[in-house]
Amino acid sequence: MGILFSFSVVVAIILLVIAGVSGAGLNFLFGVIFPYIALLIFIVGVTYRVVQWGSSAVPFRVPTTGGQQTSLPWIKANKIDNPTTSYGVIFRMLFEVLLFRSLFRNTKSELREGPMLVHGSEKLLWLAAIVFHYSFLIILLRHMRFFTVPVPTPIEFLEFIDSFFQVGAPLVYITNFTIVIALLYLLYRRLAMPQIRYISLPSDYFPLFLILAIAITGIIMRYFEKVDIVGVKQITMGLVSFRPVIPDNIGVIFYIHLTLVCTLFAYFPFSKLVHMAGIFLSPTRNLANNNRMVRHVNPWDYPVKVRSYQEYEDEFRDKMKKSGIPVEKE
Amino acid sequence: MYDGGKIIIGLIIFIGISIFPFILTMGKAVAKPEPKLDTPEIQKMVEKKCVESKMYMKTEHMVMLNDWRDAVVRDGLRLYKATDGKLYDMSLQNTCMKCHSSKKNFCDQCHNYVAVKPYCWDCHIAPQEGT
Repeated sequence: MGILFSFSVVVAIILLVIAGVSGAGLNFLFGVIFPYIALLIFIVGVTYRVVQWGSSAVPFRVPTTGGQQTSLPWIKANKIDNPTTSYGVIFRMLFEVLLFRSLFRNTKSELREGPMLVHGSEKLLWLAAIVFHYSFLIILLRHMRFFTVPVPTPIEFLEFIDSFFQVGAPLVYITNFTIVIALLYLLYRRLAMPQIRYISLPSDYFPLFLILAIAITGIIMRYFEKVDIVGVKQITMGLVSFRPVIPDNIGVIFYIHLTLVCTLFAYFPFSKLVHMAGIFLSPTRNLANNNRMVRHVNPWDYPVKVRSYQEYEDEFRDKMKKSGIPVEKE
Repeated sequence: MYDGGKIIIGLIIFIGISIFPFILTMGKAVAKPEPKLDTPEIQKMVEKKCVESKMYMKTEHMVMLNDWRDAVVRDGLRLYKATDGKLYDMSLQNTCMKCHSSKKNFCDQCHNYVAVKPYCWDCHIAPQEGT
């Protein structure tokens, strides 16, 4: 169900662009207005989500403790997996954000012949995830050649590295292959593993199909159904300089690619993709495990009216004595 | 907000990265490239026409040059039959650059604009640009 729905939505977007651009000639809407709206939704939406997370109460430190806590000097502590200082947290976050450390330690359980329940490590998910994320990052940065004049040297260098093998013309990018293969594995994983398939929702399939469609339309546009690239850069430079122009004769494949990207940007803050920002605000990762070293006051504690035993005894001492109940103060 | 300072710094970095092309451009208009077609050789032509149609050359010239390179260097074939039946010598320096004699005013115009660095001139000798 979810698969079909997500797939249909992506197809519907593509058909909508074809109808809008080739049919109705709404090039300005798809080429200028949608990108601006999408970027605005992206920035405002992500900022809103982060502020929301930031305003949530943090009554207690809840880091996952993946190693020995700092305690007595002669017990060796794991300073990164169970950090007690800000430095430890910074290293933990670096490993998490750049290398997906916790995903690397992901495990799986399988029911095998016997029947026998087998627990094992699941490194393929980590591999596909890291290949996908870094490919996407390189592709995104590489695209900055359309949004800058002159193109900054690091971006030119990145493009040089990505097309290092100098295959064909236009040069084949390594990330063309890696992102598609990684995405196909991530999709295959959801479809082929019964447990994963069971918990997969449209919101899991939709980003996969959407990003896959973006990658494929991009590849088609670069190698097969080529567009006037100078015209494309006129559009993008028009966007970033707030002087929008729409040159003629740019193939509809460009508008499909662009609108899919706009969809991704606009959808971003409302979806699981916002883990891009969320990872920095994960309380199980970004808090130091100093529960017993520092006093943490629960922020929603209100002043409780307390009556001590002394006050109680003061009030009832006489009666207690009369009844023969022992008192602390005569 | 807990750790508000750090979160706000993070948000500023995020917004800065998101809009960095806008910051870099600062609303300046960027001139579009003007590849020049007024070389003496082109002006002498009666019918001003490249090997193939303009639109085809615009999007497919890199494929054509790559195919030419493979045909000449690997298979020793030197003749290209255009769609209109005319025969051309497959040569960057003797055919293409005969008309488009200025690399600076023709090739580089668009290539620099979209930051494409073709490796033609790793082997070929780039033409001497007079002025």
